[in-house]
Amino acid sequence: MADTATTETRGVGMTNTQDARVPTVVVDDVHIVYKVHGAGSGKGSATSALSRIISKKRSPAIREVHAVRGISFTSYRGEAVGLIGSNGSGKSTMLAAIAGLLPTERGAIYTNGQPSLLGVNAALMNDLTGDRNVILGCLAMGMSPAEVKARYQDIVDFSGINEKGDFISLPMRTYSSGMAARLRFSIAAAKTHDVLLIDEALATGDQKFQRRSEDRIRELRKEAGTVFLVSHNNNSIRDTCERTIWIEKGELVMDGSTEDVMKEYENANH
Amino acid sequence: MSTVSDSVNFSAPGGVDAGLTPKQLAAKYGLSVSGKRPGFSQYVRELWARRHFIVAFATARLVAQYTTAKLGQVWQVLTPLLNCAVFYLVFGVMMNGKNEVGDDYIAWLCIGVFVFQFSQSAVLSGTRSISDNLGLIRALHFPRAALPIAFTVIQLQQLLISMVVLVVIVAFFQLPTMTWLLVIPALLLQCGFNTGLALAMARIGAKTSDMAQLMPFLLRTWMYTSGVMYSVQGAVDKFPTFFRVLFRLNPASVYMDLIRYGFVPNAYNKDALPPHVWLIALAWAVVAGVAGFVFFWKAEEEYGRG
Repeated sequence: MADTATTETRGVGMTNTQDARVPTVVVDDVHIVYKVHGAGSGKGSATSALSRIISKKRSPAIREVHAVRGISFTSYRGEAVGLIGSNGSGKSTMLAAIAGLLPTERGAIYTNGQPSLLGVNAALMNDLTGDRNVILGCLAMGMSPAEVKARYQDIVDFSGINEKGDFISLPMRTYSSGMAARLRFSIAAAKTHDVLLIDEALATGDQKFQRRSEDRIRELRKEAGTVFLVSHNNNSIRDTCERTIWIEKGELVMDGSTEDVMKEYENANH
Repeated sequence: MSTVSDSVNFSAPGGVDAGLTPKQLAAKYGLSVSGKRPGFSQYVRELWARRHFIVAFATARLVAQYTTAKLGQVWQVLTPLLNCAVFYLVFGVMMNGKNEVGDDYIAWLCIGVFVFQFSQSAVLSGTRSISDNLGLIRALHFPRAALPIAFTVIQLQQLLISMVVLVVIVAFFQLPTMTWLLVIPALLLQCGFNTGLALAMARIGAKTSDMAQLMPFLLRTWMYTSGVMYSVQGAVDKFPTFFRVLFRLNPASVYMDLIRYGFVPNAYNKDALPPHVWLIALAWAVVAGVAGFVFFWKAEEEYGRG
């Protein structure tokens, strides 16, 4: 299996002679299968559920979805990699698997350190105030209380939550989705990650915040990290990533420089 | 169009690494399989490094519990106070406080209820600790055992508040005695037991969401067989020896007895609390604590998946 993994999707030979780059994420022929519960269209009544248990039939409500089919790639230190593809192509699944949140059916994913996944839906603690979230998030990432104290103001300033008044002392459930996403990104970006996975988190912020976070992503890369970015916003991919991977129906279509891949991708979608 | 990147395969390792399979490449640079469970001692170290998180999380949660109520934090004191008032009304006034326990029945009862509630709510919140915090688990990386432990700490803080209320009430009727100090080691042992139980239930609850529905019934059964409202030893006196031993070993009864003995020793004659009760309490704390922790750690990589 492993020898099929050197992807040559574009028929490009391995002619590079540059120095050995340090790999941070190695994805080796990965297959991911979801088991979805409660997907059946059958009768959901208690009696039918009971008769299923008695007859020991497997619930028809469990269906398998083969979301990623044999993807392989390697990313290196200091890279920012964009993931593109239509809705349901398996981009977010791929990120969750790199973060170790989804088991692989076949193949393996090797990473340097613990990747952090920033998703739109990854709410922190909604009933707690913004400043509690900042402190708890930093402590959970393993910072010491002194470090948290030192970084706290930077994080709040970066998020821009307090630009329109004292919002940081309000519970997070009162935040708009954009504000919550900004605070989450600011918390996660406060620490240097070996691998940072961002799932459309920037799409919710406003123009000013998007620019700020793009700057922060560039900084993170300089600090010897790798950033993965999933987005439907082609411009934000162009601005932040120099390498892009195009995934369609769970398979890798193209892996190359953002310029080349974007051109093909946009041609295919017109 | 012939940019430089055209001739570069972005995935293929360059230079001296050319030709390595992904697996060899990962091994060479010490990459590990994503989402792999850390070794036991490393896990304990990581957890110890998160001790500040556990305390801060527990405190924040405890405070947040009453943020929607107008009286706010006053409820932390008011809830145990009202509990005692209800028990006094029902058992002290309506039923005249007559029981085999004697004059201290109300205090004896309140202690029992608070101590049992500590175990009960640790189990309940432990069961939900993973499934209720998926957002946190999926967004940030930390040893997951921090969550059930934090929820046990919340329950401990709540019990301590209740205990203070209780001590104030009891102090009206009797002077503090030396036996009050026995409450501290007894509570520590119960903490160990509860943490282990919460960890074990967290793993079960994370996999089987049906447990959250079933737990209230199991816990109610446990409560009635533990003798929260009556002296269970008297009730099982005529049972076969096997069952008598079983009831004596019940961890909830053991911890309740120890703490009751500490606060109202008058309710017990001297030989009612032989030293082996302390041994049982210690054994439960160590066995449940260690077993629960190992059981939870064994599935560490699976929490938050799906």
